[in-house]
Amino acid sequence: MAHEALAIQTENLGRVYTIKAIKKGEAKQRVALNDVNLEVGRGEFFGLLGPNGAGKTTLIKILTTLLAPTHGRATVAGYDVARQAAQVRPLINMVSGGESSGYGLLTVRENLWMFGQFYGLDSKSTYRRVDALLEIVGLSDRAHTKTSDLSTGLRQKMNIVRGFLTDPQIIFLDEPTLGLDVGASREVRSFVRNWVDERPDRTLLLTTHYMAEAEELCQRVAIINAGKVLACDSPANLKRRLQREAIFRLDVSPLRNGALSTFETLPGVRKFVHTPQDGKSELDLILAEDGAIASVVTTLTSHGAQILNLQKREPTLEDVFVDLVGLSMEQAAAS
Amino acid sequence: MLQTFNRSFRTAAWLGWQVESNWTDPLLFFAFSVLKPVSSVLILVFMYHAVAGAGSDAPIYAYIFLGNAFYIYVGAVMAGTSYAILDDRERYRTLKYLYIAPIAMPMYLLGRAVARFVVGTLAVVITLLVGIFFLNVPVNLLTVDWPLFGLTLALGIICLSFMGLALGAWTLTIRNEPWFLGDAVAASLYLFSGAIFPITLLPGWLQPLAYGLPVTYWLELLRRATLGPNAAAFPTFAAWSNGQLLAALTGLTLAFGLLAALAFRFFDRLARERGLIDAQSNF
Ligand SMILES: Nc1ncnc2c1ncn2[C@@H]1O[C@H](COP(=O)(O)OP(=O)(O)O)[C@@H](O)[C@H]1O
Ligand SMILES: [Mg+2]
Repeated sequence: MAHEALAIQTENLGRVYTIKAIKKGEAKQRVALNDVNLEVGRGEFFGLLGPNGAGKTTLIKILTTLLAPTHGRATVAGYDVARQAAQVRPLINMVSGGESSGYGLLTVRENLWMFGQFYGLDSKSTYRRVDALLEIVGLSDRAHTKTSDLSTGLRQKMNIVRGFLTDPQIIFLDEPTLGLDVGASREVRSFVRNWVDERPDRTLLLTTHYMAEAEELCQRVAIINAGKVLACDSPANLKRRLQREAIFRLDVSPLRNGALSTFETLPGVRKFVHTPQDGKSELDLILAEDGAIASVVTTLTSHGAQILNLQKREPTLEDVFVDLVGLSMEQAAAS
Repeated sequence: MLQTFNRSFRTAAWLGWQVESNWTDPLLFFAFSVLKPVSSVLILVFMYHAVAGAGSDAPIYAYIFLGNAFYIYVGAVMAGTSYAILDDRERYRTLKYLYIAPIAMPMYLLGRAVARFVVGTLAVVITLLVGIFFLNVPVNLLTVDWPLFGLTLALGIICLSFMGLALGAWTLTIRNEPWFLGDAVAASLYLFSGAIFPITLLPGWLQPLAYGLPVTYWLELLRRATLGPNAAAFPTFAAWSNGQLLAALTGLTLAFGLLAALAFRFFDRLARERGLIDAQSNF
C-alpha cells in the first residue's frame, strides 16, 4: 500500500454530472464535487457535514467505487478507487440512510447471511455475527421475519447491520439516521460509537446534514457546500474559529425585508440568519464583539420591531457553516 | 479468483432460486413460468394444422415443434441476467451494495439466471413430452443420439448465457425500464434462427444474419440429435455434417464469450462514468 497510514485520500477530486436535456444537443453540466482534497487517517472517525445537494453522496459513491470521478484521484487503503476497485472492495462497506433495500421475500437473517456469503465469510461465523448485531440494534425478535413485513425504520436498521457485518476496515455511512425517528437515531448513533470504540483501527466516514450528529460522533469534520470543502478540523477547533465572535439568538416580532437589509451594513455584524416563524422572526447573529449587539437592538427598535427574547450562546457547527457560507444549512440546501 | 467466482455464483443461484421463483404462490408461479411457454408452442401446433393443413407426418411439423420447444430456453436464459440487474437496481435497491461487494459480477448474474434455467427446462421437458405422447411428434426416445444432444444442449446454454451476460451488461447503462430487453432480443432473433422455418426461406440479404447466430446451429443440431436422419430433410444445412455444425456452434460460443467479456468491461465502465449503477428509472 502506498499510504499505509491513510485510510482515505483525495487529490483535487472532482465530479461533473452531464444531464441529458429533453431537447437534443442541450446537455447541461452540473458540478457536484469541485477540487476536494481530504486525508483521513487510519482509525479516524471522520465526518462530512453539509446541506442537501452539497456533494456528500457523490463523494461516497466515488470512494466506494460506484462512481468514476471526472477530475483528480482518490485512494482508499492506498488503492486507487478508479483503477484498483477490486482491491478496495473487500476492505470496505457502505450504508445509505433514507432508503429501504433488501429482498422482501427473504427473512432478515437470510438477507444478512447472503451478504456474508458474498464477502466470503463462512456460514457459522456469519450467523454468529448476524445474531450478535441484531441483538445490539434490537432486531433479534425480527430475525425470522420476511423483510417485506418490516417497517422502513427496521429495514434501515437491517441495512446498517449489513454494512457492519463484514467488519470492514473502512466503512462509509451516508446519512445513516436519515428518516429515522429520534429514538432510533439515538440507538444507531450509540451503536456506531460502540463499534468504533471496540475497534480503534477501523475507519469511519460519515456524512450528515445534522450538525449535532457530526459534533457528537466525529473526531474531525469537513464542512462541505456546493461541492467544495470549506473547512476541515475537529469540531472543537472549528468552533474555536468563532471564539472571538459573539453569537446571539434574538426572537423579535415579524420583520420586514427593509429591516433585514440594514443589517448587512451595520458595523460589527459579521453574519446573520433570519428564520421567519409563526408570528415571530428568529435572528441568529454572528457579531465581531459583544458591543455590536447594541446597534442591532437600536436598529430593530427603529424599525418598530419588538424584542421578545435575547440570548447569547456558544458557537455550534451550524454557526461555523453560517460563518463560512453566509447562509444557514437549510437555506443553502434550498438554493 | 476461483473462490470469488464460486461464491458469487453459488450464492446468487441460491438467491435467484428464492426470489425469481416466487414460492409464496407456487400455482401462479407455475402457471406463469411453465404453462405460458408450453401453451404458446401448443397454439403454434394448432395454427399449423389449421393453416398449413398438412399432417403431423410432414417433416416441417417436427421441425417447427422442436424449434419452438427449445426456443423456450432462449428467452429464459438470455433474459435472466438482465432481469437480475433490473430487479436488484429498481425493486430491491441492492445493486449498489452488490456492486461494491467483492464478487465477480458476471458470475453473480449467471448465478441469478440459474433459477430461470431450471424453470425453463421444466417447460421444455413438459412441451416435449406433450408433443411426443399426444401430438405425434416423431421423436423416439430410444433412438435419440443422447451424447450429441447433451453436448449440444450444454454448448447452447453456455452460449445463451454469454449472450445474456452481454445483454445484462448493456442493461446496466439503460435508465428507463428496459424490462423488455431480454424478451425483445429473444423475440427478434426468433425469425432468424430457423426456429419456425428453414433459414433458406429468408430473403437472401437476411440469410447472413441467420448464419451468424449460434441459435441457428444449435436448433439444427438439437433436431438432428432427437430426430435422427429424418431431420436432414431440409436444404438448410443438408451439406453440413454434425461435426461441422458443432464446430460452428463452438466457434460462435467462444466468440460470444469474448463479446460478453468485452461488453461487460465496456458497459461497466460506462455505467460507472455516468453514475448509473444505483440510478432509478424516472417513471
Ligand atoms: N446522477 C446525477 N445526475 C445529475 N446530477 C446529480 C446526480 N446525482 C447528484 N446530482 C447533483 O449533484 C449535486 C450533489 O448531489 P449529492 O452528492 O447527492 O449531494 P448530497 O448527498 O450532499 O445531498 C446536487 O446538485 C445533485 O442535484
Ligand atoms: Mg446525499
